[in-house]
Formats: sequence, C-alpha cells, structure tokens
Amino acid sequence: MHVPDGFIDAPVSAAAGVVAAGAVAVSLRGARRELDERTAPLAGLVAAFIFAVQMLNFPVAAGTSGHLLGGALAAILVGPYTGVLCISVVLLMQGILFADGGLTALGVNITVMGVTTTVVSYALFRGLATVLPRTRRSTTAAAFVAALISVPAAACVFTLIYWIGGTTDIPIGKVLTAMVGVHILIGIGEAVITGLTVGAVIAVRPDLVHGARGLTSPLKLRIGGELVDAPARRSVAPAAARSTRGLWATGLVTALVLAGFVSFYASANPDGLEKVAADKGIDKRVEEHAAKDSPLADYGVKDISDERLSGGLAGVIGVGATIVVGSGVFWAVRRRRTPDAAADIRTKEAV
Amino acid sequence: MGAGHAHKLYRHVHSPVHDLPPHCKLTAVFSFVLVVVLTPREAVWAFALYAVLLAGVAAVARIPAAFLLKRLLIEVPFVAFAVLMPFVVPGEQTELLGVSVSVPGLWGAWNVLAKGTLGVAASVILASTTELRSLLLGLQRLKLPPMLVQIASFMIRYGDVITGEMRRMSIARRSRGFEARGVRQWGVLAKSAGALFIRSYERGERVHLAMVSRGYAGSMPVIDEVTASRTQWAHASALPVLALVICLLGWTV
Repeated sequence: MHVPDGFIDAPVSAAAGVVAAGAVAVSLRGARRELDERTAPLAGLVAAFIFAVQMLNFPVAAGTSGHLLGGALAAILVGPYTGVLCISVVLLMQGILFADGGLTALGVNITVMGVTTTVVSYALFRGLATVLPRTRRSTTAAAFVAALISVPAAACVFTLIYWIGGTTDIPIGKVLTAMVGVHILIGIGEAVITGLTVGAVIAVRPDLVHGARGLTSPLKLRIGGELVDAPARRSVAPAAARSTRGLWATGLVTALVLAGFVSFYASANPDGLEKVAADKGIDKRVEEHAAKDSPLADYGVKDISDERLSGGLAGVIGVGATIVVGSGVFWAVRRRRTPDAAADIRTKEAV
Repeated sequence: MGAGHAHKLYRHVHSPVHDLPPHCKLTAVFSFVLVVVLTPREAVWAFALYAVLLAGVAAVARIPAAFLLKRLLIEVPFVAFAVLMPFVVPGEQTELLGVSVSVPGLWGAWNVLAKGTLGVAASVILASTTELRSLLLGLQRLKLPPMLVQIASFMIRYGDVITGEMRRMSIARRSRGFEARGVRQWGVLAKSAGALFIRSYERGERVHLAMVSRGYAGSMPVIDEVTASRTQWAHASALPVLALVICLLGWTV
C-alpha cells in the first residue's frame, strides 16, 4: 500500500506534497481544538497505537493475513483532525525510519492513506450518525460502513494520482478495476475490525470515542419502580459566570413580557402575577411593598386611568426596578464571595 | 543512556557519516532521492552509478552489506507488483526467456524497481547512521512544525511501550489457549485492539498530567540546538551533488 519512490512522477508528487502539507497544517489547528494543550502527548500516544495496531495481523484464511490501515479507526476514535495528524506522523516515521514508502512519495502516501481515508470515513460516519438512531449499535454500524467505503475511496484517489502522474502507462481502467477490486476486499476486513474495535471501546469507555460523544443519555433514577430524570447537577460558580449576560438578557425580556403583557390578563387577579413572578424567581422586590405611597403603589400608575394599561406599565417599571435592585444585590454578593473583595469590604468596615 | 537504549534500526559505530549533523543528512538523502526520481529511466548506467555512490556511503558509514541487503527486503511487496507489470501493460511485445512480455511494461518495472530500491537503500543508510532523537532534532531544525515533531517524538518514545503491551496481550491470549486461525477469531483480536486503544489513550492522559506537573505549557524547551559547520554541509552534500552530475549526464547523453 505504501507508494515507493519513482512510482509517481516528480511534479505530481510535489503537488500531492503540497496537498498533504496543507491538510496537516489544517489538522494541526483543528487538533488543538479537539485536544487543546494535550495535543502532543495524546496524539503521539494514539499515533503509537496506530503504529502498533498496524502490526496486529488478522488471519484471513489459511496462510494469508491482513492488517488494519487505521484511518477510519483513528478518525472515529479521536476525531478527524487528530486522526489525520496521527496517520501522517506514522507515515512520516515509516518513510524515514523503516524505508516503508518513498521519501519523495510521502505527499502521495499522506494524501491517499492519511487524508482520504480519514476524511471520507469521518464524513460518512457523521452522515450516518445523524440519520441512524442514536444508539451504540448504530455507532458501530456507522463505523463499519465508514471504514468499508474509506479503503476503496483511497484506492480511487490513488488511481486518480496514478492517472495524472504515473510513470508507467497501464490502461487506467485496468488499474481502477484492480485497485478497487482488491481494496473492496481489504475494506471488508478493515470494516469488520474497525466496527468491532469501536464497539469494544464503546462498551468500556464510551467517553473516549470521539464519534459517540452525543450518545451520553441523561442519568435516570428508578424511584418507586419508575424511571425519573435525575435532577440536573448544580452548576459550579465559574460555569455560571460565563453565561450571565445571555441569562440576564433572557430573564429581562421574559420578565418584561410577563409583567407588561401577561399582567393585562392577570391584573384582575393579583395572585396570578405574584405566582408567575414567584415561579420565575423575580419576586425579590417584596421589599417594594414597603413603599406604599409611591406612584406605583397597588400595581397601577396613578395618572393613567385605563386599569389594564396602567397595570401593565406598573409591571414593566416594577420589573425594571427589581432588576436594578436585584442586580445590585447579586453584584454585591458576588463581590463579597471573592476573597479580595471580601477583604476590601472588611477593611472598609473597620475604617 | 548507552547503546542499549538505541533503536534496533540504528547501528552504533563511529564513522564520518554518523558524526554528520542530522539535518544535513536528512537534506542530503531527500535531495538524492529527488535527483534519482528525476533521472530518465533509459539511462541504465546512471542507476548503476547511483548504486555505487550509495555503496560508497555505506562503506564509509561502516554498514555491512548483509545488514543493508536484509533491510532492503521491506521492498518485496512492490517487487511482486513490478514483476506483474510486463504482463499487464499493453504495447510492443518482445521475447524474454521464452515468454512474451511488453516493452513499455519492462521499462516501467525497471523504473519502479531501480528508483524504489535506491530510495529504500538511502533511507536505510539514514536510519542506521542517525539516532532517533537526533533525527527528530534534525526535523525540527528543518522547520517541521514543532507540534508535529512533538507528536512524532511521543510516538517514537512510546511506540515500543505500546507494541510491548500488545505483545503481552498476545501472550496472555495464547496462554489461555487462544489461536487466531481465521475470520471467526476477529472479534477477540478487535477487542484486544480496543483495549490497546484505551490503554494508549489513558497512558497519554497520564503522561500529559505528569508533564503538566513538571511545568509543561504546550511547547518543549529546546535544550540542544543542532548546528552544522560549512565543512559538514560540504561533506553531506557530496552525495546529492555527485548524483546531480550523474543525472544531468543521463539527460544529455
């Protein structure tokens, strides 16, 4: 499968080298997104795994045996970018150290065996994963199909490169038939092993399979013989800090809508509004009830005669005031939680 | 670190070729292979001269011929492919040992065999005269992206560990009476591959944590920058320059 020197002419080899270099550059950037600063050790170990698994021989029939190519497996287990990187590094090292695949054909080898298998299999896998039901079995099936197609696809790309820059003019139809025919057989083996391997990993550590990340189902509790959704884990403080702006905007809009429009209909029954307010957690303005002589007293703006309109307006103004007060309270509380701010406040109190 | 830690591909002797800086050797080998690929296949004598050049380098590097020839065996699958070529390529037919073969096919087979063998031989000489670590330093010096060099170094550093793990798993399987005979045993082998992946990935996480606890922040410090003097470059470039002369002669003659 490794193309040696002199098989593809120099200009096409150079072009394939440029393609491979571009793919590796894109993958370097993408892998940082997949693995962040763990990229080097993890991708290195996965490359070592691919290298080892290519030595694992699978007996086919009496005497003959095949081995895994690993492109589809890498893409599904660790993601397409890391997959391309791992296979490329394996090919680079095989070329330099083991003289397996020519140095000038490195670009061709990476394009065919690294990029094509990985990209084709991952695209197919993703496509199938969206169509099929989200279960472990369908993930394994998608891995099977992805690996099955990826190997003949690589053979097709190789034939295309050979057609453009092959040094021997074998009729292209013959090459295509031979390459695709042989590689469909290889692909079946690759597919079975890849599917089984992905299945084996999913059974033990589903969180490690990049292609099965959406599979985690919510935790269920059996209470009195019935399955109930477990209460969501309480979010930690740093996580909340990230999304406050969006949360606040949503809360503000919701509160204004509720106060302004729902109160049109709820104003006849003050308890309704109060209940909604309590449910939505915006009833922190209880203190406002102390200001009975304010222009907003009794949920109505004094100079507006229309009962509903005044009620709605009062609601909106009330929500606005609540938000200002509530935000102030929250802000103060949050300041106090951080140790520096707490120390600051304490010194002020001492003064 | 003694010779015991060196890779089995590396031959630990002292020779002028061993002492050359790695990036010079990498550049020289790559240029040599490029020149070989660019040579017209009709210039048969040029390829003989290339082989003589490589034999000379191997002699200077004190690599025994038997070692070199044994490592050349990696090429065997492609030899089989090349042998098929004269029979499948259409074109003018000729008689060879009483069998009818095509002339373009013979040229094609010769082309692939000669250039492929020379490329493999050059890579083998490079790998057996350069330690893995310095090879990586050379790649880094040649401006390969540092992240790629790091990944490659982790792969090489843990390649033997992972392979050893795989071998131990194979021993464990066999000691429990398992024998891989055919397709029906694929499930077991695939489960082994899955277990190997989990072990590799978890080892990767442990390695990363160990590195972080020692101050790793995404890039490796360069402690020993490899440098080359002008003389060393001149020595290293002897091979590709001679090859280039042969190549030019091959195009003109």
